[in-house]
Amino acid sequence: MSMAMRDAFGSKLAELGATHPELVVLDADVSSSTKSALFGKAFPDRFYNVGVAEGNMVDIAAGLATCGYHPVVNAFSIFLALKGTDQIRNTVCYNNLPVIIAGAYGGLSDSFDGASHQAITDIAIMRALPNMQVIVPGDAAQAQQALEYALTQKGPVFIRLNRNPMPDLPSASEIGTVCSVEGSDITIAANGITASYANKAASLLAKEGIKAEVLSVPVVKPLDVESLKKSVSKTGALLCVEEHVLMGGFASAVSEAFMKQGISCRFDAIGIEDTFTESGPYEPLLAKYGISAENIAMRAKNLCK
Amino acid sequence: MNTSVKDLLSQPERTFNAKELAALAAYFRVVMFDTLHDRGTGHWGGSASSAELTTSLYFNRMNIKAEDPTWEDRDRLILSKGHASMNLYTVLAHRGFFPVEELSTFRKLDSRLQGHPCMNKLPGVDMSTGALGHGLSVGLGMALAAKLSGKSFWTYVITGEGCLNEGQSWEALMSAAKFKPEHFVLMVDYNKVQLDGTEEQIMPLGPLSDKLKSFGWNVAPTAYDGNNTEDMLASFAWMDSDDVWPKAVIYDTIKGKGVSFTEGKNAWHGAVIDDASYAQGIVELTSDLHQKEAAL
Ligand SMILES: Cc1ncc(C[n+]2csc(CCOP(=O)(O)OP(=O)(O)O)c2C)c(N)n1
Repeated sequence: MSMAMRDAFGSKLAELGATHPELVVLDADVSSSTKSALFGKAFPDRFYNVGVAEGNMVDIAAGLATCGYHPVVNAFSIFLALKGTDQIRNTVCYNNLPVIIAGAYGGLSDSFDGASHQAITDIAIMRALPNMQVIVPGDAAQAQQALEYALTQKGPVFIRLNRNPMPDLPSASEIGTVCSVEGSDITIAANGITASYANKAASLLAKEGIKAEVLSVPVVKPLDVESLKKSVSKTGALLCVEEHVLMGGFASAVSEAFMKQGISCRFDAIGIEDTFTESGPYEPLLAKYGISAENIAMRAKNLCK
Repeated sequence: MNTSVKDLLSQPERTFNAKELAALAAYFRVVMFDTLHDRGTGHWGGSASSAELTTSLYFNRMNIKAEDPTWEDRDRLILSKGHASMNLYTVLAHRGFFPVEELSTFRKLDSRLQGHPCMNKLPGVDMSTGALGHGLSVGLGMALAAKLSGKSFWTYVITGEGCLNEGQSWEALMSAAKFKPEHFVLMVDYNKVQLDGTEEQIMPLGPLSDKLKSFGWNVAPTAYDGNNTEDMLASFAWMDSDDVWPKAVIYDTIKGKGVSFTEGKNAWHGAVIDDASYAQGIVELTSDLHQKEAAL
């Protein structure tokens, strides 16, 4: 098991604070959950806890950004994407300001708190915004790389983080598509933490003689269509997996790009169907909504028939 | 030989006195009424309301460089009631940020003068606005940046009372009182008329001064007449009178000020200025301008 993404992200913030004087961090009364408190402890002058007011926080960050600072706003992803949408759209994105939107507790990872806290529409909202880049890291290392990358950008970046310790993925030098398993029968493109389940699914499939290729694809926007295209040209089949509703998220982004470029293949997508989710332990909850090695293997197998 | 507004505008960087500011504001009202009539789109009521606020800031108070609109140390203004864009554009153009002739492109395709101000398109705009309720939060961020970087620039935020209906405005009021950045000023253009009707009909705000005080703000003890430039300068003197932050000033203003039949009428919030109304209104505005010029 790796470090939880939130711990990795919080400690990276605190580390980068020393070398990035332009880095300022804001939180909306959840800094002990998001772990931005680690930065707050190290750099109290550059840390603003604005209370439970996510929209206000985003606009304050935008104001700081116009004066040369590079703010990172932290809150639960669902609340940033819903209560901060107007501010993220009309102030941050419209003006193309360098504000990093760090959405904690992404997907179902705030599992016990239930549907009111589970971010299942955040990716769709963020990727629809002009100027916004969208990254869904798959493990702690990717979360840290995403932050380092975002700090080099002149415009806004949304980073969707996970609450719980999740398995490490094969490492790469920077944030981007990683091929963790090579194969020729089907491509499994997994967004965020679903990649570790896809890797396990590939082992299950191998036992049945199906050679799956697994791509971990953390960057939803701009989408790395080339890597997907290359793999699919070899396998002829694509299964997308994401911890998000199937409308407007990662699989939508991939299918839009494929349609537009005339890339045809057998296709399926695993994600949350058109429904609200619920409370429960994280792994069984994910499994109930389709994200498990067994379900990924089964759906991949069906696609190979 | 009387001074004319034209003479004044030949030296836009001067610090103008109250009479001069009054003449400038009267002139800007003529320009705004003209342009809005020509273009057949835009917001007269709110633009006329804040004419003295913006004119006094840009021609008496703010530390800015028209030739260097993104100068780091400049004072900032956020027009949170972004629908009064014609007011901001008119003042910025005459202050030298872009050619006055460009006002005629207002709301045309490819124009830098968007329906609501866009900071990445038009020099002099410190923040894009249009969706109400954002200005105080963004301004707070700028004021915090000043504090953090040891700069002493001022950040002014102009809101209307409608803008203060938004919950975010109150989040910002709360948080500004927590962080207390210096040189951060809320200027309420309190004309008591919103889009759909009067403040009393739509959303009563009073007692506004008490509300702001109870939120921890240093509120000017008197309400100033925001359409009177003597009062504007008095309010500026109050801003400099102590070191207690954040500060708020409530300005009693008149929506649609300067044209008798538009004054205090929500119908003139965003109505097209038809030819008959124009013909009548421009006479009133011009005669006011002549009076103010004669007083110079
Ligand atoms: C978030 C948002 N909701 C609604 C509107 C539409 N709108 C534009 S102006 C206005 C009323 C503004 O009243 P006020 O702030 O008092 O401005 P003024 O009277 O000075 O024109 C409304 C509702 C908007 N621009 N933004």
